[in-house]
Amino acid sequence: MSEPLTATKLSNSSEETAGSRRFSFRIELDPSRKDSPWWITILSVLLALVLCGIFIGANGMNPVTVYMKMITGAFGTSFGLTETLVKSIPLLLCGIGVAIAYRISVWNIGAEGQFLAGAMAATAVTVYFPGLPGYLTIPLMVLCGIIGGGIWGLLTAIPRTYFQVNELITSLMLNYVAIHALNYFVFGPWKDPKGMNFPGSPMFTEAQSLPLVGDTRLHYGLIFAIAGVLLYAFLIRYTRWGYELRLIGANPEAARNAGIRISRHILLVMLISGGMAGLAGMSEVSGVTHRLMYGISPGYGYTAIIVAWLAKLNPLALIVSSFLFGGLIVGGYSVQTIGLPSSISSMMQGAILFCLIAGGMAYKFRIRRNG
Amino acid sequence: MSEMYSVVMNQIVKRFGPVIANDHVDFRAKTGEIHALLGENGVGKSTMMCMLSGVYRPTSGEIVLHGKPVHIRSPKDAMKLGIGMVFQNFRLVPNMTAAENIVLGEASSFWRGPNWIKRKQEEVEALARHFGLGFPVNRPIWQLSVGEQQRVEIVKTLYRGADLIILDEPTSVLTPVEAEQLFETLYQMKAEGKTVILTTHKLKEVMASSDRISVMRKGKLTHTLDKADTNERELARLMVGKEMAVAKSLESHSPGKPLLIVEKLDVYADHGRKALNQLELRVNEGEIVGVAGVAGNGQSELAEVLTGLRAWRKGSIRFNGGELHNGSVRGAIEAGIAHVPENRMKSGLAGSLGAVDNLLFKTYRTKERSRFGFLRTSANRAWTQSLIEQFDVKTPSVDAPVRQLSGGNQQKLLFAREIHQDPLLMVAVHPTQGLDVGASEGVHQLLARMRGEGKGVLLISEDLDEVMQLSDRILVIYNGQMVGELARGEASREQIGMYMAGLRESGEEQAV
Repeated sequence: MSEPLTATKLSNSSEETAGSRRFSFRIELDPSRKDSPWWITILSVLLALVLCGIFIGANGMNPVTVYMKMITGAFGTSFGLTETLVKSIPLLLCGIGVAIAYRISVWNIGAEGQFLAGAMAATAVTVYFPGLPGYLTIPLMVLCGIIGGGIWGLLTAIPRTYFQVNELITSLMLNYVAIHALNYFVFGPWKDPKGMNFPGSPMFTEAQSLPLVGDTRLHYGLIFAIAGVLLYAFLIRYTRWGYELRLIGANPEAARNAGIRISRHILLVMLISGGMAGLAGMSEVSGVTHRLMYGISPGYGYTAIIVAWLAKLNPLALIVSSFLFGGLIVGGYSVQTIGLPSSISSMMQGAILFCLIAGGMAYKFRIRRNG
Repeated sequence: MSEMYSVVMNQIVKRFGPVIANDHVDFRAKTGEIHALLGENGVGKSTMMCMLSGVYRPTSGEIVLHGKPVHIRSPKDAMKLGIGMVFQNFRLVPNMTAAENIVLGEASSFWRGPNWIKRKQEEVEALARHFGLGFPVNRPIWQLSVGEQQRVEIVKTLYRGADLIILDEPTSVLTPVEAEQLFETLYQMKAEGKTVILTTHKLKEVMASSDRISVMRKGKLTHTLDKADTNERELARLMVGKEMAVAKSLESHSPGKPLLIVEKLDVYADHGRKALNQLELRVNEGEIVGVAGVAGNGQSELAEVLTGLRAWRKGSIRFNGGELHNGSVRGAIEAGIAHVPENRMKSGLAGSLGAVDNLLFKTYRTKERSRFGFLRTSANRAWTQSLIEQFDVKTPSVDAPVRQLSGGNQQKLLFAREIHQDPLLMVAVHPTQGLDVGASEGVHQLLARMRGEGKGVLLISEDLDEVMQLSDRILVIYNGQMVGELARGEASREQIGMYMAGLRESGEEQAV
């Protein structure tokens, strides 16, 4: 039988079935769809806002007013804007860290612990070398912060590389180890003797603090964050190492065929990933709280996961998403004045991540008519 | 007449994009027989059976079951019609017990009562025993051997009331003793009036177990025979086809000096199975050496060893006068071994990246492509552009994800990457798989050109026509060893087919 004949036969039969069969649909996986386009991201975020709006409505508030309040609180005033920037610094640094790990499919969810390890390591400098001048102590704190976080990252990478231990579990568990280690220091050896039993290290001196911009709370950690993101963008795009990472991320099997040793990359990437989070921890203690204290992170390391996901690991989009999430945290505080708990922002973070993942998943499917 | 047949598949066509997997196939199986569907890998046997079991839908054609035309839209539909299939890769839940797996998906009331699973276990056990299929019903699947898991799959189809049972390559995972037991079970099913279809490429089994045999070749069903009327020799010939591929044979020329010498090579596969056993191989400059064989006889491992992806245990590989690094991909690349892997999208290309990044795979460390660790971005783009033009790769832009290109253009891109560096040896595995005629021709020309330039080519392929058309020498691999070597011209399909099936030459060959 020749080609055209087959084609006619096929179309005939499909017409028949469309007429005779009842209307029905099926949902099937479309293998050609891999990366969801940008409008899926926007749609997912909007969906998250609608879902949260229902909760807000159930609390007797008008979601539109609440959202407006959050926006003006976070971005509308110069105070709000600087606060948003202050919050977005650790988010951006941690976000770079997790994004670089996610590029090669190493699911580091331990930025929180790496952040705390960096904060502790930086504080150790102030505790054990209190008299150093600023031009020595700040670089030393930066270095120790990065190394501290990096070691915390390696604690996940080494078992993953050599014993195939799932990094999700180790990185998450190490977060709790870091939290308890921090509590040990601030309740124990590093507790400020003049602090009236407050669980925190002694206040940093001027030399141990990052300089501030004008008389705002905005500190020079912002420069670390911007430099970090630019460096990340540059390394990924223009270096051999970045090329190897992109290749591993796109197709690890093919990367193996190109002679790339993936295990070695995991170690280095986790060192950097942890190092960035550690730098965030350093800049937080040195720039914002000026001491190591109990509960220093409101979950920056976790929020950074959503920040990275929203940006789809793209360096420049990371700037935008960390700024938005910084705003979300600040906006959460500002709605407290109208009687909503600030945890509304945690709920929104969760809802956004949920919808992003669901949106990416849903995009892979198509609805087809049966027949 | 039609009542005699429990399954009739008429003029079945199945297309996957541009590839035709089944080309107007007529298949019929009688009620109460064991019917073997014989053919090499990738000829469309499994595709045919998947259409019968509802996994795929035919592009055109009709399926008649017990005299009634049916539309099988899903495995569920197939189940309702009494069709059960045991897949090559089992569909079992590892941490549920055998009995739970078998009753899984059964419609019943929400509350099953405390003794429900016990009753079911007894029911399953009785059914299994009846067909001589022993396995521990209350142990989780992951604790069972592969042979036992297969029995669970078979009992699953029986439990669901299948009277047509399809087994896809059932013996590929079994030991000879287990295979014997399986055949006993099949006879039992046949005695109960069930129809059994099994797909296989093993001639001995076909002769041992089946009543009738259908032979498939290149998506077409060529012959259906009674076992009594045929023999292994004839089946081997039918399986590989009769026509000679002399159309565009390359001019013979005398090859150069030895390039690759493999001696007494022992290689183990991932699960400790010995994949290559004292393998010997030689490739000369200016020569295409074809490796034919049924899939799974060590071809993949051979390619992996030569390209550094897998280490060898014993033996030696000498290449271009030196010793090859054991298990070093970079070592192989730097020595001048190019590789076209068997599944280009799985291991040859990164689908989400553009042409530039895909071409850089093996050269990004060289001085021309990067300096002091930095990629020479603009130079690399220009270089990509020139390679794309030289190899006539059609792509919307050098940044477009290569996933979007057609199979032929993807393969051209891969060849461009592998060839432009002037390798000494090309290891090409199934280089034309899934390509249309024109694209395949292009690939063949590239390989022939390499031969003309004095390079060595090792062509590992399941496409016998391709191997016969291009190769100066044909080696046949069976069970990790080269069992036959034939020079161009003296190779006949029949002879190759015999070697492929693991049959040693018995006496003198008869005239074809």
